[in-house]
Parts: sequence; structure tokens; C-alpha cells
Amino acid sequence: MKSLEVLSAAGKLALSRLISEVENETSAGRTALDECFSRSGKAHLIGVTGAPGTGKSSLVNRLAQLIRREGNQTVAIVAIDPSSPFTGGAILGDRVRMRDLSGDPGVFIRSMASRGELGGLARTTAGVVQLLDAAGYDLILIETVGAGQSEVDIARLAHTTIVVESPGMGDDIQAIKAGILEIADILVVNKADRPGIENTERALRANLELGYSHRVTGKAGHGGFTEENKVVDAEEWVPPVIKTIATEESGFPELIKAIVEHRSYLQKTGLLAQREHERLTDEFDHILRHTLVQNWKAQTSDEHVQQIMDAVYKRKRSPANAVEELTRTSN
Amino acid sequence: MTDRKIRVLIAKPGLDGHDRGAKVIARALRDAGMEVIYTGLRQTPEMIAEAAVQENVDVIGMSILSGAHLVLVPKVIDTVRKTGLTEVGFFVGGIIPEEDVAVLKVAGVNAVYGPGTSTVTVIEDVKSFAHAA
Amino acid sequence: MDLDQEKKRWDETVAKPSVEKFKERKADFLSPSGIPLPRVAVPGEFDYMQQLGFPGEYPFTRGVQPTMFRSRFWTMRQYAGFASAEESNKRYRYLLDQGQTGLSVAFDLPTQIGYDSDDPMSLGEVGKVGVSISSRRDMEVLFDQIPLDKVSTSMTINAPAAVLLAMYIAVGKKQGVESKQLRGTIQNDILKEYVARGTYIFPPKPSLRLITDIFKYCETEVPNWNTISISGYHIREAGSTAVQEVAFTIADAIAYVQAAIDSGQQVDQFASQLSFFFAAHNDFLEEIAKFRAARRIWAQIMRDRFGAKDPKSWMLRFHTQTGGSTLTAQQPENNVVRVAIQAMAAIMGGTQSLHTNSMDEALWLPTEKSVRTALRTQQIIAYESGVADTIDPMAGSYVIEYLTDEICKRAMEYITRIDDLGGALSAIEKGYMQNEIQDSAYKFQKEVESKQNVVVGVNSFQVEEKRDLERLKMDPAIEKNQVSKLAELRKNRDNAKANELMAQLDAAARGTDNLMPLLVTCMENDLTLGEVCGVLRKTWGEYQPPVWG
Repeated sequence: MKSLEVLSAAGKLALSRLISEVENETSAGRTALDECFSRSGKAHLIGVTGAPGTGKSSLVNRLAQLIRREGNQTVAIVAIDPSSPFTGGAILGDRVRMRDLSGDPGVFIRSMASRGELGGLARTTAGVVQLLDAAGYDLILIETVGAGQSEVDIARLAHTTIVVESPGMGDDIQAIKAGILEIADILVVNKADRPGIENTERALRANLELGYSHRVTGKAGHGGFTEENKVVDAEEWVPPVIKTIATEESGFPELIKAIVEHRSYLQKTGLLAQREHERLTDEFDHILRHTLVQNWKAQTSDEHVQQIMDAVYKRKRSPANAVEELTRTSN
Repeated sequence: MTDRKIRVLIAKPGLDGHDRGAKVIARALRDAGMEVIYTGLRQTPEMIAEAAVQENVDVIGMSILSGAHLVLVPKVIDTVRKTGLTEVGFFVGGIIPEEDVAVLKVAGVNAVYGPGTSTVTVIEDVKSFAHAA
Repeated sequence: MDLDQEKKRWDETVAKPSVEKFKERKADFLSPSGIPLPRVAVPGEFDYMQQLGFPGEYPFTRGVQPTMFRSRFWTMRQYAGFASAEESNKRYRYLLDQGQTGLSVAFDLPTQIGYDSDDPMSLGEVGKVGVSISSRRDMEVLFDQIPLDKVSTSMTINAPAAVLLAMYIAVGKKQGVESKQLRGTIQNDILKEYVARGTYIFPPKPSLRLITDIFKYCETEVPNWNTISISGYHIREAGSTAVQEVAFTIADAIAYVQAAIDSGQQVDQFASQLSFFFAAHNDFLEEIAKFRAARRIWAQIMRDRFGAKDPKSWMLRFHTQTGGSTLTAQQPENNVVRVAIQAMAAIMGGTQSLHTNSMDEALWLPTEKSVRTALRTQQIIAYESGVADTIDPMAGSYVIEYLTDEICKRAMEYITRIDDLGGALSAIEKGYMQNEIQDSAYKFQKEVESKQNVVVGVNSFQVEEKRDLERLKMDPAIEKNQVSKLAELRKNRDNAKANELMAQLDAAARGTDNLMPLLVTCMENDLTLGEVCGVLRKTWGEYQPPVWG
């Protein structure tokens, strides 16, 4: 696929309109996803997650800017913000932090509202990413909602997941509290010019050691914590801890290097294919479940369901028994 | 579930930094169930057009309090239309003298809101611009 | 007499039966900041010396000078400036002729954001909200026939304040006025630009360095200059409450004092050159209390938190402007009344200088006639109303003292919260102040739409109207004229020298020496504002606001 740099303005508008179709889950959107599927699978998908206030958007902005400056790779960004559970509306404000990228034809930024999903992504984010991938973007940065809660969906979608922390976010490390450290392929301590950076860094390393010590066997790994005579199996990826200042450029060459290394690690070890398989299986499962339910609903009368459910409410049937009954006799 | 959300871009073209009105409108539209892309201050016409394309918005709202509206607004509309986004609606909020309102409407603005406009009016209008699109 | 008991008796036996017959207008009476107002206020717990003291003495609740307006009225200072330096110069001389006692320069947005008028970013903005000043030559014209040793000049300039001050010093020199004789103020308050006003350029670190450089330079070179005007005005205009206005302004001030101390200065060396700027809005009682509360809080903070010894360091001196956001485009004549009420509150609150808005400012830049009416409003209060004849005339009013105490308490709670967030800068970077202000603005808007808040002429008492006010027309050629003036300047100056100075400036910006002397040299050699700010932009980068939403 040719680089998107040469994609015309009209091409971008067409892409953007297709994204809306996918986002709105229309039949045109589904057709588009079917048609572009064979052309997808080439982009490196990079997730960026972390609590609010850690500077995710700034980090994504700077990362994209430096990737663009360094080579001829194109970058797409999908930034997800929460929808209001009450009104369904959303304010999508991430572009405020991405001014530096404006005017670059090799960058495409799309804001998405989570539309009721709680895992940090929208239900259609994977589809939108697939479109951008098929359109030829080399790197796709996916910035999650960052509500600090169990945002593990991103790890399933992305090849490389970056968890962002910053000092002074309170006494505890947010990521540890939220349990998202396990999903990190790369840990970034942003705002490294702030007081408290040492504590944050130390806490992160300590937690990493806990998580990885049982696998510590061989020689030094990929820029992980190796200074205290701890050596790591070469086959094992130990998440490096990288300090950045997103308002400057400090730490970004290291971050880009780690992303590249992680990508080649995934390729070398066959994990890339494995992750892809897992993801596709996941997606297949998800769609299968969704489709089966939809089909079943289409074939089953609401009254019949209601009758059976009434029995469940009266505790004459168990829910499992109700399902058995309903799936046996359609109609 | 096909939930066709209205997407609105709220932008501040020019150099003025007073974003109270822009933010109040953004919030009101959000509370009316729309998805509002907020781009912040000092947006050039090119930046607004680029964001409008990438976000595939239905309506673009601009807030200008500096008096630069006659120069900036037609330029934004022109730049946006050149991208192929021809069906997008436009509204302008700010301190716009009455005689300038007509000029802006000729340039393609659907509505102009001065001080004291109710957010309810803006919400209803935006819905109708979006459905016309 | 046990007052509490008497009050209770009155409530039960007199007020309550009456309320049953004549329902009160609202279930709860709250000030705009949400402070509950009693049906009738009675004397509370009260320590006169600790809470009020005397004018000119700690804690300055009653005023910063011992005689206040009995010696000299506040400075009547109308903010003005538009189009070209020539046009603005004419307006200034008109205002001085009309009895105005100080100048207040409004710059256009390109000037405020450090762009020359020929910069592409300036498109459409040149001369619009103020005067366009790109070089020392422009400023010479601006103050033509205005002796800088005689007037005091306030400049609403923030991110490039150091450059404009350098320009003013250079113009003074040419007039034969030494910098030590110059009197005036630069706003120079970058934190509130990040919070509410939006004309920032550089990131916080270099911005604060510019500010502390100015403090240090002015201490010896421009001693009669107010080096900063820490502004709540724009915070209020962005939608904050009065309590938030006081709290966030003082939190910003704490950050500046701390920055200056961190840069090696002693608090008493610079503190007396700090000044403040507040808004005056419609709620007459809360506004008067606000000014008094702000003075009390500042005195306490400077004395107890920063250990300042000089009583001058404890004084909160401030300029006031009536609230632009309270003006209505509907029935604009009504604004004259609003402005009068607000001005009265500012004066009874003990302001040092005052700008009164013109009735047509919600429509366009004010005409000469409407500016005159605004100025006359101040003169009527000064000469006819009598409120300036005794100091702090509202003191001792039970409700004013109650509100003053409440505002102190509530503002201090905010300040503590901001301290917990790591100080003003950190709170701003987290979007804390911005979100608080936004919430208040949205709440206010909703209350107006539900008519919980009545705005006369807007949501009640409307009329069909055709506006017949005269309108100020701006010459559309202004942008072109400015551009050609700049081209000429660049052609005729010593460009080798200009380039050399830009290189020097770049090096100095990377170093730690005080930038002010070099900036004055740059202005004397006709570097433009945009060139100087361009060098600094390249070296320091630009501020990135936090995500909102």
C-alpha cells in the first residue's frame, strides 16, 4: 500500500466519512470493513493509556511529531474521550494538545467518544483503527479515555501498549492502583521535570521487579531494570521505564527506540502473529456472539421471552433453564 | 444500534483568548447529546478546515470577540468548502454588529449569535443545520 | 440584652407570621458566590483591631492609605486604544483634556501575543481591540506631546510585557525623561493568561523568569513602576464568582512572590511594587465586601506566610474595572446604570484607580461620547455623591462585615486547596482553576436561561428595539498602513546591528542574566516586537494549554 502522504485531500475526506459509518455501525460501515480487511494488518498499533493529568495527549502529540520528523512514516491518531452516561454527548478536547501536528499531510487525527463503553475504548475503535491501517498509515497511536479504571481493552487491540504515569499524582502510583501495570509494554514517567520524579520511578521499578523477578534468568534485556545485578532472559521483554518531558523533547528518542525494539521483539519471537491471532479470535468471538444474539432475537417473539422470563422472576425456572428452553424452541 | 450522533466543531479563529462563550456553548451542545470537538484558541482557517475534515463534522461553530470576523469567517468557510466538505453548517458567536450579520450570512453562515443568546436557541438551530446537511 | 435570644424571638414571633402572610421572593437568598444572606444581619463575633484596624494599618481592611479619598480621589483611568498610534494618541489627549488623570493603553491582539502587524497570524486583528504597536517608532507616536514624566501609564500587556516596558523606557529617554521618573503599571500577569485571558506566548518557566527579571530591574531602574498587576478581572469575566476571583488572584500572587524569592530576591525588596486588578460587578454588597476581604487576606499572607517586615509589602493596592460581561447588548443605555452601581462598589471598596465601561462596549469599541459618559460617572460619584468623604463608609454594616468574613473564609479554603495541588501553576496545568471557572460560568448561564437570575432587558423586561447609538467606524486601511510602516523601518535601520542583537538575545535567553537591559538596547536599535518575541519563541517554545473536556 502506498504511503498516505500522497493521499489526496478528497481521499482523506472519504476516509473520514467511512470512519463515521463505522462509528455509527451502519451497513455501509460494515461493508467498508469487509472490503478493507485484506489490506489491513500492516500498521504498528500503539496504545497510550494512563490516568487523567499524566499528559497523555501531549505525549502523543510529541511522539507523533518526532516520528514524523525522523523518518517517512505516516501517523494516525485515534483519541478517545468519555461520553456522558446521561446525555450521550461528549466533549472531545484532545486536539487542543495536538496543534503542532496541524498542517502535516502525513498525520490524521480522529477523536472518538466512548459511547457507553467502559474499557477505555469505544466499541468501534478496532474498526476505525482497521480502516486507518488499510488506508496505509504506518503507525497508529490510540489514546484511551484514561479514567484510570481497568483500561485493559487497549492491550488486546494494540501491539505495543504504553502506560503513562507522572509524578505528583498523589501518594500512590495511579497505575498500580488501577492494576494496569501488567498491560504495559513500555512505562513512561512523563513530566519528569516535576518534583517527586524519583519516588514515582522507584515505585514503578519496584513493582516491575515484583512482576518479573520469577522470570529473571538470563542476560540483560531490552533496556529494562538491570542495574542491580538483575539479569533478564533475552527472550523475555521487560518493560523499560522511560522518563519524558512532553513539553520538551526529553526522553523521546529513547521512547521511539523502545517502540521500535518492542516491535522487532514481537516479530522475532513470533508474538506479533500470536497477538494478532488472539486479537482476531477475540474479535471473531465478539462478533459471533453479537450476531448470534441478534439473529436469535430476530427469530424469537418477545412475548415468548417474556413468558419464560416471568417464570424466572417467580423463581419457577432458573436463568440457565430459561436459556435452554428458549434456544431449543425458536419462536 | 445505529446512533447517528451530531458532531460539532467549536473553534476560536483569530487571536482573542476569551473562550467563556465557546466553552459554555460546547457544554450546552454536549448536554444536548452531541459530540463536540473543541480545538482551542488561535485556530487558523487551515487548522479549522483540517479538523473539520478529519472529524467529519456536521456543523462548525466559531467564536470571535475581537472584531476580526469579517476577515476571518469568510476565509474559514472558503477553506472548509475547498476540502470538499460542502454540506457543513456554520454558526458564529460573538460581538457582531448588526450590519455585519448580513455580510456573514451572504458568506455562508447559517446563524449569528450575539450576547444574551440562549443556549436553547443554539441547540435547536444546530440540530436543524445538522439535519439539513 | 441577649441579642441571640432577641433575634430568635423576633424570628419566631414577628418575622415568621409575616412570612406566612407575605411569602418571600425566594426560598434561599444567596449572594452570587453562594453565600447565604440573612433576612436581617445582626452584630456577630467581632474583634475590631484584628479584623478591621485603621486605614493605612494592618490588616488594611479599611483601606491602604491613612486618608484615602479625603486627600486625593482614586485615579480615573479609562482603558483606551484602537487602530493606529496616531488615532489612539488623539483619544488620550482628549481624555486628559477631559480631566482623566492617568492613561491606560489597550493593545491589539497581535501586539499582546508578540506578532508584528505584518505577520500572517495577525490577519484581520491589527488595530481591532486596541492599538497596534510593533516598534519603538509606533510608541513614540502613541505618546506624542504627552510628557512621560507627568502622566502615569498603565499598559495591559502580559506575555511581552518586558518588551513593551523596554520600549516605554526607550521612548522616555528620547523625550529626555529618565527611567527613574517613569510612573505606571504593566499587567505582566501570565498566570491569569493561562487561566482565563488566553494571550500567552511562552511556557511557564521562561515566562516567570521574564517576570522576575522585571521585578529585579525595576527595583533600582524604574522604582516608581508597578511591575505587575495581578489580575482577577479576567478570571471574573471568564465566569468565576467573586470568591473565586479573590482566591485565584491571590493564589497567583503567592506564586509570583515565591518565584521572586526563589530567584534570590528578598520579599521586602519587590513586594511594594506589586499591584492588583479586580472587577466590579452588580452585586453591590458582595462586591464591596470582596475588596475589603482581599486586602485582609493579602496582608495576612504577606506578613505571616512570607514574613514581610515592611508594612508597604502587606498592602493590596488595586485597580478596578467595571464588569464587561455584565453589559448587555439589549437596551444598552441601561448599562450606564449598571456601571454606576459597580463603580460605586469599587470606590466604597477602596480602589486606587478605576475604569468605568462605556454603555456600548457589548456592541463595539466605545465612541468618544460614550467614553465621556463613563468618565463622568466617576466624576459624579467623586464630586456629588459624598461617598468619598469618609473612609470605608460601609464598615460596621452588619451584613458587609459578615460578607467580608465569609469571603475571607471561602477564599482561604480555595487557596489551601490550590496549595495542596502544588500551587497556582500546578493547579493551572491540571486545569483546576479553569474547570472551577467554567462550572461557575455554565451555572450562571443556566440560571439566566431559567430566569432564576434576572438580567434586565435580556431575559426580562425586553423590548423590540432598533439600535440608534452611533457606532465607531474603523479605518480599514490601518492594517495596510502598519505593514508599510514596518517595511520602511526594516529598510532604514542598521540591519547588521539588528541581526547582531537578535543573536545576542538568543544567547541571553538561554542564559540567566537579566534580560531587561538588552531588551532596552534592542528597542533603541529598532528591533520590532515580533522579531524579539520570535527569537524568544524559537528559544523557549510556546505554552500548550491543558486539554479541556
